[in-house]
Order: sequence, then structure tokens, then C-alpha cells
Amino acid sequence: MELYKLTVHEIRGLVNKGKLSIEKLVRGVIQRIDSTESLLDSFITLNIDEALHQARTLDQLISQEARLSTLAGIPFGVQDNICTFGIRTTCASKMLDDFIPPYDSSVIEKLKNSHSIILGKLNMDEFGMGSSTQNSAFKFTKNPWSLHKVSGGAAGGGAAAVASDQVFYAIGSDASGCLRQPAAFCGVVGIKPTYGLVSRFGLVACAPSLEQIGCITKDVTDCAYVLEEIAFYDKKDSTSIRNGNSTYTSYLMDDVKGLKIGVPKEIFDESWDPDVRTYVNNSIEILKKLGAQIVDITLPHFKYASASHSIIFCCESSSNLARYDGIKYGMRAKGVDNLEELYCKTRSQGFGQEVKAILMLGNLFLSNKFYDSHYKKALKIRELLRNDIRKAFEKCHIILTPTSPILAFDFNHESSLPIGMSESQRYALLANMTGIPAISIPCGFSQEGLPIGLQLMADKFNEGTLIKAAYTFERNTDYHMKKPMKLEVTE
Amino acid sequence: MKYETVVGLEIHVELKTQSKMFCACSTAFGSEPNSQCCPICLGIPGALPTINKKAVELAIKTGLALNCKISEYNTMDRKNYFYPDLPKAYQTTQQYHPICRDGYLDINIDGRKKRVGITRIHLEEDAGKLIHDSENSLSLIDYNRAGVPLIEIVTEPHIESPEEAVAFLEELRNILIYLDVSDCKMQEGSLRCDVNLSIRPKGQTSLGTRTEMKNLNSFRAVQRAIKNEAERQQNILESGGEILQETRRWDDLKGQSVAMREKQEADDYRYFQDPDLVPFIIDNQMVEKIKNNMPELPAQKRERFVSEYGLPEYDSRILTSSRELADFFEASVKLYDEMKGSKESKTVSNWLMGDLMRLTKELGVELGDLKLTPSLLVQLLKLIDQGVISSPIAKEVFDEMCQSGQEPDKIVEKKGLRQISDIDQLKEIVREVIQENPKTIADYKAGKKKAFGHLVGQTMKKTKGKANPQLVNKLLQDEINIFQ
Ligand SMILES: [Zn+2]
Repeated sequence: MELYKLTVHEIRGLVNKGKLSIEKLVRGVIQRIDSTESLLDSFITLNIDEALHQARTLDQLISQEARLSTLAGIPFGVQDNICTFGIRTTCASKMLDDFIPPYDSSVIEKLKNSHSIILGKLNMDEFGMGSSTQNSAFKFTKNPWSLHKVSGGAAGGGAAAVASDQVFYAIGSDASGCLRQPAAFCGVVGIKPTYGLVSRFGLVACAPSLEQIGCITKDVTDCAYVLEEIAFYDKKDSTSIRNGNSTYTSYLMDDVKGLKIGVPKEIFDESWDPDVRTYVNNSIEILKKLGAQIVDITLPHFKYASASHSIIFCCESSSNLARYDGIKYGMRAKGVDNLEELYCKTRSQGFGQEVKAILMLGNLFLSNKFYDSHYKKALKIRELLRNDIRKAFEKCHIILTPTSPILAFDFNHESSLPIGMSESQRYALLANMTGIPAISIPCGFSQEGLPIGLQLMADKFNEGTLIKAAYTFERNTDYHMKKPMKLEVTE
Repeated sequence: MKYETVVGLEIHVELKTQSKMFCACSTAFGSEPNSQCCPICLGIPGALPTINKKAVELAIKTGLALNCKISEYNTMDRKNYFYPDLPKAYQTTQQYHPICRDGYLDINIDGRKKRVGITRIHLEEDAGKLIHDSENSLSLIDYNRAGVPLIEIVTEPHIESPEEAVAFLEELRNILIYLDVSDCKMQEGSLRCDVNLSIRPKGQTSLGTRTEMKNLNSFRAVQRAIKNEAERQQNILESGGEILQETRRWDDLKGQSVAMREKQEADDYRYFQDPDLVPFIIDNQMVEKIKNNMPELPAQKRERFVSEYGLPEYDSRILTSSRELADFFEASVKLYDEMKGSKESKTVSNWLMGDLMRLTKELGVELGDLKLTPSLLVQLLKLIDQGVISSPIAKEVFDEMCQSGQEPDKIVEKKGLRQISDIDQLKEIVREVIQENPKTIADYKAGKKKAFGHLVGQTMKKTKGKANPQLVNKLLQDEINIFQ
């Protein structure tokens, strides 16, 4: 049996029946990584020895009939901007090439307590700035469905690893759709929960008010399992919110009858890939047939969302990344004569082009001269968008859009776009601007065989509704069953 | 032309909390460098701050004592600039919604009351400390102080002289110590003061260009710097020059200031609301609770000391000049009254204002450094009342007691200081004195009343001050009369 092909919930069943040893499972995925990694480049750092050691310990625990949590023994990957104690956490930047966190992020602490097993740290765009992993200082992650296409970004490493069965799930972050867009590009499930549902303590964020930790999984059921583990109140994160309702697995129901799904009229435009149009329309039809009610909604300020998101993203990043100055940790430029030179050289050498451009823009937007005309205005638009969203949810339970209007693109595409803006994340970033939860699920394949993602958004803390709608769609389609081409390197 | 000086103060006060502003690290002073740090206060990637509730409470307490409005809606904001002592490259402060605003403090200048407006009080975090090792041409950083909670108190430009500034600072420090908000030690940096100063021709209403003076390490330095800067500005204006808006650094040794190099090219700190800290609400209930637990403030205590203990205004002012002294006074009076069954507040006050002040000044210490307790003081007073020791001897015992902490009766025994009240013994000594000083006697008899004092002095000297003074007086009179 090819163990790596299993899902989290399938593994659960086998482990519970005593039919699966964790060590065998871990060895299975390690083998899978061995045979595919040179093609994909999903990982920055692997944690193989430690993973095997943990697997053996767990097998012993299981033989002693210890009660273990749902994710016990399940190998997963962590985006490289989430701190892991003792494991290098680079944010895919030269700046943090040798940074080994002295602590675990709260999410990782929780997953470790659940005995889930870290297999390695996943590639991404540098500090999460980008939409294709092409801004990684180390490597580009290829799309498992077509190796000359990008895997999306920033969480391209995670999406590619899950899609190619290198890990059973991945933990990543989403500040602008940068976890959902890769999930869509790679044909897997990605969720960005409500802002405050998952602790951000230990996430090396660039834009704290936009960014949220989420997960990438092989299907909606796994998404519910993982989300249930990582959603908890954390007093270490002041933006963490107490939310009693977190039994997401109880929403795994095949039922959308009476569910009102709103489709914003503003989203339809020329930018859509024709295949995306076909399959999103098809998805609407499927949901309608299953008993959902499709309603027209309007988001009048949608057209300003992307620009104001960029401004906020740049501004917060400029402040959050200022600490990388060569003084305390990370890279320090050599051969400097004074403090100013130390700052300038360290930051010039340590950051990539896109990061530098974003930081400079952010500093500009926050300066006295541009604060009112840019940053303050962006905050105002954010307020208007929240208002739009609130009004929309008076009419519907779910808002539906494509995750990305375009398909996974060739390497070196999108470089002509304005800094910090990504055509492919125009719809996804709505959820970041307004703090609502959003999920991307596979909803079709283009003629050349690239996955298409459907985005569903719900009101704050209504992850349950999202899971239910997504699960119903998945149960009645088979897009999630498809696997990418044969990836193994043949000798 | 006559000029007047306009001064506003910015006072940074380290709050007396166990832990730092945004993490659980200790705030203790003087520990091993970098021993009180964690990922949060070091700005390690990914670590997030959470706000210290105690610091918020202390800020509210201060605001109430300074008659401020307490803000309901509060945000923390980032002040962005690069400096090695600032681990995150931004200081978390309150730019847009300070916790307190629109208050005032009344001060007393030569018996005249003066009101100084408080513009705002905001919460923020301290930075670390740079240590320059010139021997090895190294700069080292100690982050123990990074993240220690501070409040910044900003006054209106209502201060008009160096004396007013110092009176304001003294009253403010006193209040902060009374409130237990800070220990206000300028040498340890837990109280720091910057001076904004401008001058203008007398009668002009608009303000002149101001300078900001930093590095003022004592109230005396504040006083000198204000005087110096006002003169400097006046000289510039009088010679037709223009005042530059700049930050200057006070050099207390040289008694002059120099313009500082700007920290950043232009003062653009790119403030924005810290997205890592949610805005916090201070509701009425919380304010009321703090209000109900406010200690008595110096001004209130001053009035009460006059009305309750019948002290002169002067005594009251001095005794309430520190919470420690005021508490000591009250505890002593209570004990003494219990013992005597009558109110003897003034006796206690005299000892504290007289001998205690003298001793602390002589030794260059503070009350807390001495081993004196209210109980020891009252035991001493009892010995005087019982005639066991004379007043001059009591001073000697007091000094010894303050330093050794030994009980006064033990000191009296040990040193044989018990008062001589034995009439026969004293009569003998008095007779000796009379015989040895025929000239003085003659002077006295000739009407020189002063000569009598000399005879008393001689008697005291012979008894090493132990003679009962009243008895000596009486015996001298008697004996001189007999010889007459
Ligand atoms: Zn700390």
C-alpha cells in the first residue's frame, strides 16, 4: 500500500484499529519526499531524524494503549515563517538563513502536544511577499501538476507538498490569499480562519493585521480535523479571540439545503481565465442543484480592495521587518565601519528585491507626507469593505468567488505587476482585509490539466458553515480525488 | 528688551511593576546584563506582546492624582526608528490615544499657588542600554531595560522659571512615590526629565522657537539648564540671531549644552497603530475601583497634619515631603500618645525635623538607610520624660541608636549616660565649680547674668553632660546665695 497517498482521516482509522505503525507511515512519506523533492523543491529544511525518533516513541505509546489525539503520528510540514524550536526558520530569506528559534510558536506547541510529527520546513516567498515562491532566496517550488508552472505563493511549498503527498497536511500563513491561492493552484484544500481564531504567536508575520495561520489539506474532512486542533484561545496573542465553537468535524455534513450563497456582481470581469469561468459557473450550478440558493450581492468598494490591501501590507511590513538590522540575530554584513553602514549593508544584502521594494513603499506611505493620502485612506477603505461584507452577510451565509481568476502561471510571469499586488489574489485578499474566514477547494481542471480553486467565505467564526458547504461540494464532485502526474524521479 | 521664559516638561517615569510592559521578564534594576530578556522583549521574530495590566493601572492612578481625564478607548502605537538599543526597531507607545489627558498639578512657589497644566500621560516601553567599551572599541547592549514600562508625562508650557520647574518636579516625584507608582530614582534612570524651552519678549502672547534639552540627571541639572538655556537664547536674540528648533544635550560638568546630532534625518517616526495589540477599553468601573483605593496625596496629608496634629504649616510641609517620613511621623506619634495618654505631636515633629534631618544630612543618607524605628524613637522620648537622660545626652543616644539600631536604654547603660539627679553628688560638683571660678562669681554678683550660664556649662562639663540641668540650675542658685 502507498501509505503516503492516505488522508489524515484514513490514517486515523487504521491507527485506531492497530493496523498501521507510525514508523512505517513516516518512512513511507520520507521515501516519497526522497523520490519527488528534487523535482518540486517544496522544503527548505527537513527534520527526518527527529521525525523518525518521534514515530518510534509514538508506536510504543500506542502499544501501551495510550489515548492519543486525532493528529498523533501524522507527519506534516510547516511553512518556514512559523517558529519551530531548534529547527531553522528562515522565512526563505538570506536574512534569517541561520536563524534557529529559541521557542515554539503556539500552533506548533499545540501540534507537538498532539504528537503530530514535523517533517520539515516548507518553501515560501521571502517573508511571505509574493505569489509564486519565486521570491524565495533559496529555491522555486514547482507545481506538481506541471513542473514549469509556479505552485503559487507565498505558501507554494506547503501546497505543492500536500498535493504531491509529501506531507499529509501543511501549516502556513495567509496575509493576502497567499495560502489559498497556492492551494487552488495545486488542487488542494486551504483555509484561512477568522482573524483571531488561531494564535499568531510565533508567526514571523509581515503584516500582522492581515495575516492568519491556516492549513492546507488533501480534502475538506482533513481540513476540519486540523482546524479543530489549531483553533484555540492563546493569551500570548492579544488578537486571539475566545470562541467556544470549535468542533468543526461535526459540520462534516452533506447538506446545503436552504444555504444562501451570495455571488458578488463586481467580481466578474475580463481578467478571468475562460476555464476558471466555466468551472466556477459549473460549481454554482452544482451547489444550486444540491439545494443551495444563489443570491446576487454587491460589494461596492471591492474595486479599491487590492490597492488598499497593498498599502496596509507594505506599511505593516516596513515596521515588522525593521528589526532585521544585523544587531541581534540573523545576517550581519561584514566589513562595515559604522552603524549606518551596518544597517544599510545588512539590509541591502539580506533582503531580496521584492522585499526591499515593499519596505521602501511602506516607509513612504507611513511618512508624514503620505500618511493621510495613502495609509489613512487605505484604513478607511478597509472599514468600508467591512461594511460591504456585513451588509452582504445580511443576505447570504456564504460568499462565493474563484480563489484566483487565473491559473497557475509560468515562472517569471507576473513580474510586471506593481509591487506587492497580485492579480491572482484579488478575491482572496478580501477575507484578509475584513478578517472573515475563507476556504479554497478544488472545483475543476483547465484544459491543460491545471487545478481550479473555488473560494467560499463566511461571516466571522462561521468556519462550521464553510466546512459544511465545502464538504457537501466535495462529496458530490471528484476533483479532490485526482492526483498529479507521476512525479517520481525514475532512475 | 525684557524676556520671559516658557518651559514645558516631558517626564519619563519607570513604573514599579514586577514584570515588563509586554512580557513576563523582571524589571529589577542592576542585574547581570541581558539576564532579564525573552523572545518578546528582544524582538525575536514571531514573538508577540501582551499588555501589562498593572502598568495600565499605575498610569490611571497617576492620571487621577494629576486631575486628568482617563481615556476610555486606548491604542498602542509604533514609533519607528533604527537604533541598536531598540530591539524591534520601533518603540511601542501611545501616540494617538494617550491613556490620560487634560490634567493639572498645583505647586507652591514662595507661598503662592501656581497651577501647571498636564497635557497628556501616555504609556510606553523603555529601550535597552548601550555600553561603550572604548578599550576594545566595542559597543555592547544590555536589553534588561528594554520593555520596562514607562509613562511619559507632558506638561503645558506653563512653567516660567527654574525654581518653578524644580518645585513642579519635587511635587510630582513626591506624588509618584506616595502612589507607589515609581521609585523615582534619577540616578538609576527611573525618573528622567526633558525640558522644552523658549523665550519671548515680555507681553508677547505667541511662543518663540523652542529647543529640547536632554540628559538632565538631577533636579539641580534641570534648574541650571533652564537658566543657561534661557540666557543662551536671549544672547542669540539680542545679537540679532535666530533660535534653531533642535535637541540639545546638557553637560552638567561643563554647565552648558551642545546641539545633538539628529537621530534620524528628519523627525518622521512613521507612527501607526500597533496591529499586534488590540485597542483596550478602560471602563468607568475600573477607574472607580482605582479611585477608591487611592492613597492620601501629599497636599491632602499636609492639610490633615495641620488640622489633626496641630502642627505649624512649616512642620507639616517638611514632614509630608516624603511618604516615608510622613508615615514615620504618624507611627511615632501614635506610639508616643498611647504611652503618654496625651497628644505630643510637636515633640515628635521637633525630633524628626531637628535631629533626624541633621543626622541624615551629616551622614549623607536617607531615613530608610538608618536603623531608626518609631518604637526606638518613642523609647528615647520616654527616657527623657522619665528624667533618665538629659536632652543633650539624648541627642548622643539618638545618633548612636540610628546607626546601631540598639535600644536607647541599652545604650544609656552601656555608656553610663544615666542622668545625675543625686542632690548630694551634684551639690559637691557645684561647690567645686564655684570654688574654681571666683572671677565668674564676682562677675555674676556684679550683675553679669551671662556669667551664670558659664557656671552651668562648667558643671555640665564636669559631669560629661549627665547632670540634670534643672537641678544644676537650682543648686547653683542656692549655693551662690549661701556664699553671699
Ligand atoms: Zn521579556
